[in-house]
Amino acid sequence: MSPSRGAGRALMGPSRGAGRALMGPSRGAGRALMGPSRGAGRAPTSQPRGRRRRGSGDGAPVVPDVTFSSYYGRPVVKASPWEADIPAYLLLGGVAAGSSLLAAGADLSDRPTLRRTARLSAFAAIALSFAALVHDLGRPSRFVNMLRVAKPTSPMSMGTWLLSAYGPLVGLAAAGELRPWLPRWAGRLLGPSARPAGLAASAIAPGVAAYTAVLLADTATPAWHESYRELPFVFVGSAAASAGGLAMISTPVAEAGPARRLALIGACLELAAEQRMSESAGLAAEAFETGPAGRLVTAGKALTAAGALTAVVAGRRRWSAAVAGLALFAGSACTRFGVFEAGQASARDPKYTVVPQRERADSANAQRVVASGNELADHRRAGDLAGDQ
Amino acid sequence: MSQLDESDRSVAEDAGWAEPPARKGFFTDTSVCIGCKACEVACKEWNGVPDDGFNLLGTSYDNTGELGASTWRHVAFIEQPATGVPPQGETAGDLPAAGPTQLGMPTVGAPPARPDFRWLMSSDVCKHCTEAACLDVCPTGSLFRTEFGTVVVQDDICNGCGYCVPACPFGVIDRRVGDAGVKNVGIAQKCTLCYDRLRADQMPACAQTCPTESIQFGDVEQLRERAANRLAQLQAQGVEGARLYGHDPDDGIGGAGAMFLLLDQPEVYGLPPAPVVTTRDLPDMWKKAGWAALTLAAAAIASFAGRS
Repeated sequence: MSPSRGAGRALMGPSRGAGRALMGPSRGAGRALMGPSRGAGRAPTSQPRGRRRRGSGDGAPVVPDVTFSSYYGRPVVKASPWEADIPAYLLLGGVAAGSSLLAAGADLSDRPTLRRTARLSAFAAIALSFAALVHDLGRPSRFVNMLRVAKPTSPMSMGTWLLSAYGPLVGLAAAGELRPWLPRWAGRLLGPSARPAGLAASAIAPGVAAYTAVLLADTATPAWHESYRELPFVFVGSAAASAGGLAMISTPVAEAGPARRLALIGACLELAAEQRMSESAGLAAEAFETGPAGRLVTAGKALTAAGALTAVVAGRRRWSAAVAGLALFAGSACTRFGVFEAGQASARDPKYTVVPQRERADSANAQRVVASGNELADHRRAGDLAGDQ
Repeated sequence: MSQLDESDRSVAEDAGWAEPPARKGFFTDTSVCIGCKACEVACKEWNGVPDDGFNLLGTSYDNTGELGASTWRHVAFIEQPATGVPPQGETAGDLPAAGPTQLGMPTVGAPPARPDFRWLMSSDVCKHCTEAACLDVCPTGSLFRTEFGTVVVQDDICNGCGYCVPACPFGVIDRRVGDAGVKNVGIAQKCTLCYDRLRADQMPACAQTCPTESIQFGDVEQLRERAANRLAQLQAQGVEGARLYGHDPDDGIGGAGAMFLLLDQPEVYGLPPAPVVTTRDLPDMWKKAGWAALTLAAAAIASFAGRS
C-alpha cells in the first residue's frame, strides 16, 4: 500500500470516462491516501437520476430513484461486439423479405413493373445483407464454418440456413429480370426458373423478416431480451413498411397500389407493436426512450407515421408517393438502428441487468424463508464480516 | 437446455460423452482471498493469453477491470467501511479477511479517527454453466461441452460472429481485439478450466497457484458440499454477509460449474444477482416469431387482395 499508488490514482481520476463518473469510489483522489471517505461509502452504489414516468403527458411526476449496487458502475453483461453492419443487415434483410413478397404478388397479379423493381430490390438488399454479415465477423474468411452445424438453439445458425436457401432463390428471380443483359445461353438457362424461384423465395421471406427479432432477443442484453414478445412484430412491420416504401419510390403509382397497402399495414403494425413493447418491457423500456437510441426510435416513429399519412393522403401522385416511400424507408431504418442501439445501451448500463434481477432474487428469497443460509445476507448493509459479536 | 435434476455427470452425458469423468469445477472462497492476483498471472502464463492493456483504473487495487477475451481470471477489489465490531479471539485467526485492516498509511499529525474498513476481494472466472447460453447460441459449434462438463471454445473453428458475447449472462466471454499478429485475434475467448491440464490429470493453473486455497478445484458435487460446510462455518462465526453463489442446480443457469462464497450481494462484485439463461425463453421466442411471420404473409396477401 504505497502512497505512489494513490498518486497514480489521483492522476488517473479526471481522465476517466463519463460512464464511470456516476459512481462513488472513482471520485476522491484524496481517499487514496486517507482510506475510505464517507462519500465513497459502501463501495460502488450507483444512483442514476430519477426517471420520469412513461406516458404521462404532464411530464411532472417522477418515479423514485433506482438504487442498486454495482462494481464501480461497470456493466454486468457485455454489449455485443457488433457494429453498424448488424442494424444495417436487420434493415436490408427486412427490405429483401418484404420485396420478395411484393415481387411474388406482382408476378401472380400481372404487374410487370412492380415485379421487376421488387425482385431487383430484394436482390440488392440481400446481397448487401450478406456483405454486411460477413464483414461483421471477427474472421470473415471462416464464414463457411457457419455451415458446419444446424442448431435450433442458435438463431444465428437457423438464420444462416434460412438465408442460404433464400439468397440463391432471390438471385434466380432477379436474373429473370436481367435477361436482356445476360448472355443468350444464360438467359435461356435462368429465365424459366425466375417465377418458381421467386415464389419459393416469397415462402421463405416471412421467416427471414421475423427471425432477426429472435436473433437479438436470444441474448442477455436486457432491452432485447425483455422485448422478445413484441420484437418480431416490430420487425415484420418494419420489413413491410420499408419494402413497401422502397417500391413506392421505384414503381409508378399505377402498379404501386399493393406496395402502398403493404407499407400502410406494416407501418401500423410497427407502431402498434412498439407501443406494446414500451408497456411490457418494464425497466428495459427506458432504454428505448433515452439517449441516442431513444432519439432514433422517436424519429423512426415520427417518420413512419408521417410516411403512412402521406401515402394515405397523396399516395396516388408520383412525387408525393416517392416522398412517402422515402419517409417510410427512413422510419424503418431509424427503428432498426434505434432498437439495436437501445440494446447496446442497456447492456452497458448495469442498472438494466441488476435492478430486475435484484427484485427477482429478493422475492425468491422471501419465498424460500429460512431454508437456505443465505437469508442472513439479504440486508443491504456493509460490515457484515465484522459481525455482531 | 439439459436435464438438470440428474447428477452432474449427466451434463457431459447430455452432450454425447459416453461414461465421462466426474464434472469438474471451481469453488472460489472469497473470504480467504488476499487479492494477490497470482491466479490472473498463472492463467495468462499457462494459457498464453496476451496482455489486456496496462491501465490504472482507479478502482482500488483492481487495474484489470473485468473478465474478457484476454482476462480469464479477474480479481475484484471492493473497499467498504465496516459497521460491526471486529471479531475477537480465535475467530480472527480462522478468518484472515475478517479483522479490521490497519492500513498503515503515512499520516501527518494525529491519526484521524477512521471507521473500520474492509476489503472484499474475489477472483472471478467463467461459471461453466450447466445451461450455457454461449454454447447454445454458437452457430459454428466452436463452443462445446467437454467430458469434464466444462464449456470450451475451439480456436480453429470460431469465426468471430460474436453471438456468444451478448448471450453470456455474466459478461464473461468476448471477442479478442488487437493487431493482426495477436494470437486468436477476432475470435471469442474465455476460461477453458485449463482443459489441457485436466486431460493430463493436472489442476487448473489458477487453483494450483492460489496461495490461500481461495480457489479450490475438484468434482463439482464435492465442491458443493465443501461450499455448504464453509458457509455454515462462517455463519456459526457470525459472519453476516456470507452466502453462496452459483451452487444451486435449480437456479436460472442450472447451477454453475464455478461457484463462489461471497461476503456481500453478488452485484457488489459485478455478478448478476439472479441470472437466467436466455435460451429458456427461446421456444417462446420462436413461437412469437412464427406468428409474426404469418402476420407478414397475411399482410402481403391482403395488399394484393383488392385491385386499385
